[in-house]
Amino acid sequence: MARRAIVREPVRPDQPRTGGGGNAVRLAVIEMPSVMQDPTHTQMPHDPLVTLEDVSFARGSRVIFDGVNIEIPRGKITAILGPSGGGKTTLLRLIGGQLEPASGKVTVFGRNVQGLNTAELFAMRRRIGMLFQSGALLTDLDVFENVAFPLREHTHLPESMIRTIVLMKLEVVGLRNARRLYPRELSGGMARRVALARAIALDPLMVLYDEPFAGQDPISMGILVRLIKQLNRALNLTSVIVSHDVIETASIADQMYLIADGKVVESGPPATMKSSATPAVVQFMQGLPDGPMPFHFPGADYLTDLIDGASP
Amino acid sequence: MMDFLATIGRRSLATFERLGRGTLFLLQVCARLGFLFSRPSLTLVQVWAVGVQSLVIIGVSGAFVGMVLGLQGYNTLVTFGTEESLGVVVAKSLCRELGPVLTALLFAGRAGSALTAEIGLMKATEQIPALEMMGVDPLRRLIVPRYVAGIISMPLLATIFTAIGILGGYFCGVGLLGVDEGAFWSQMQLHTALGTDIGNGVVVKSIVFGAVVTWIALFEGFDAVPTSEGVSQATTRTVVNSSLAVLALDFVLTGLMFD
Ligand SMILES: Nc1ncnc2c1ncn2[C@@H]1O[C@H](COP(=O)(O)OP(=O)(O)OP(=O)(O)O)[C@@H](O)[C@H]1O
Ligand SMILES: [Mg+2]
Repeated sequence: MARRAIVREPVRPDQPRTGGGGNAVRLAVIEMPSVMQDPTHTQMPHDPLVTLEDVSFARGSRVIFDGVNIEIPRGKITAILGPSGGGKTTLLRLIGGQLEPASGKVTVFGRNVQGLNTAELFAMRRRIGMLFQSGALLTDLDVFENVAFPLREHTHLPESMIRTIVLMKLEVVGLRNARRLYPRELSGGMARRVALARAIALDPLMVLYDEPFAGQDPISMGILVRLIKQLNRALNLTSVIVSHDVIETASIADQMYLIADGKVVESGPPATMKSSATPAVVQFMQGLPDGPMPFHFPGADYLTDLIDGASP
Repeated sequence: MMDFLATIGRRSLATFERLGRGTLFLLQVCARLGFLFSRPSLTLVQVWAVGVQSLVIIGVSGAFVGMVLGLQGYNTLVTFGTEESLGVVVAKSLCRELGPVLTALLFAGRAGSALTAEIGLMKATEQIPALEMMGVDPLRRLIVPRYVAGIISMPLLATIFTAIGILGGYFCGVGLLGVDEGAFWSQMQLHTALGTDIGNGVVVKSIVFGAVVTWIALFEGFDAVPTSEGVSQATTRTVVNSSLAVLALDFVLTGLMFD
């Protein structure tokens, strides 16, 4: 049985200004099966929203995760750091149920993701906003329609209200006046911000950010960092940031995980991470070239490779 | 020798695997056809993209094919003194074979390749994963409207092709070569049947071709390796495979329909 939830609440003072005067309301009409609703409301507030228990995953023979344990606490900003190619995007896809772990268990909103049928999975994803690394905007729609897309797909709101919501979300990311541009006319950083507006269009419970800071200039970087923090508080979101920008991430995260070689090397609040003595953490937090984390894709040694002309 | 056998085995296994996945894809699409009625505007947009955008190439090709038929038909018939039957020859060959088959081949090249490239690029640029993450079923939202649009467009395009072809034949035969106008049309009317010629040929054949070409095009796009190279290979495969499928199916259908 689908239930329709109507959320209507005045803007709180700590919410980012979204323009349009003081009578702005936050509105979302979302159809969702009641099964998806209940766990989020009945659980204790400090229960983790997402847990990964002993998760392993491999691409062919390449092991990407080997017994990873991660807890994403409700209402907090959790950062997951790791080297490029270390499987950060893969991790977000495991949470979203797009990939299945070879072993272990992924629990989202109190439900085992592998146990969900297609309808339940889609209902779960409607409560999650995901910011893709490349933006992943729909190329045949302009900025406005891209942000309106989830609203048109999942709600029956009148056109005037869709317009209001879209303009509010675009104002938040500073691109309200770019709404008639097409994705091909945007820079990578702008596309990422439009994708962020789209990710929060349905007022999700949780937002997954895949490399939100890559390709941003210092100004929009600063704004974006604050924005993620403000959104998290104002909309009572749970945020997961996957990144290799240590400084920016550390400035807003409540909890950090460092993943390397398919394992969680260390976790804790930013202060603990900064003062950690574990070599891999020190290397990553300070950006040192030498340390336990290799810069090179694993394989033959450089010198042998150069001298031994036989191998391709 | 063993290597050779192993290669054959591997290739045929891969072929059957693709065939299986393609069939599964088709079944999944068919199971979602009901979505059509809840958002008909999505299909209309695709009929524009798939059908209307193919009109020019279909019209021009139809005209030339009809004119060539007029010329060749006249040259053959005049030696027997039966050039009044030109209308029958032009109409029958267009309705039964050339109309649906050539339209389907052109459709595969024009609309099929575009569909594969579009869907493949959406996959390569993470748009399809993004749809899934937004809780939108890409098969329903993207594939169903395009599939139905292909099935609707093909018979319409084949009809237009055939009609323009007949006019082309008329232009050459009557206009240029002096076949009697009354004989041209009355013979055509007398000997072309609505059921066997137009119904079987233009309607049934082109609906089947439309369903097959669009299926191959959409499957290749959806199944493409998500890189620019993968998409270009998938586009090539769409044109090659759907053209072969059309020609083979045409043989089967002709055998069944006109014995
Ligand atoms: N579709 C795929 N098929 C095979 N291997 C893949 C595929 N996608 C990713 N990989 C491999 O999985 C590993 C992890 O990829 P992932 O995209 O999760 O890395 P990442 O941590 O997000 O990197 P980056 O920071 O560069 O975005 C990579 O080494 C990559 O080679
Ligand atoms: Mg990534």
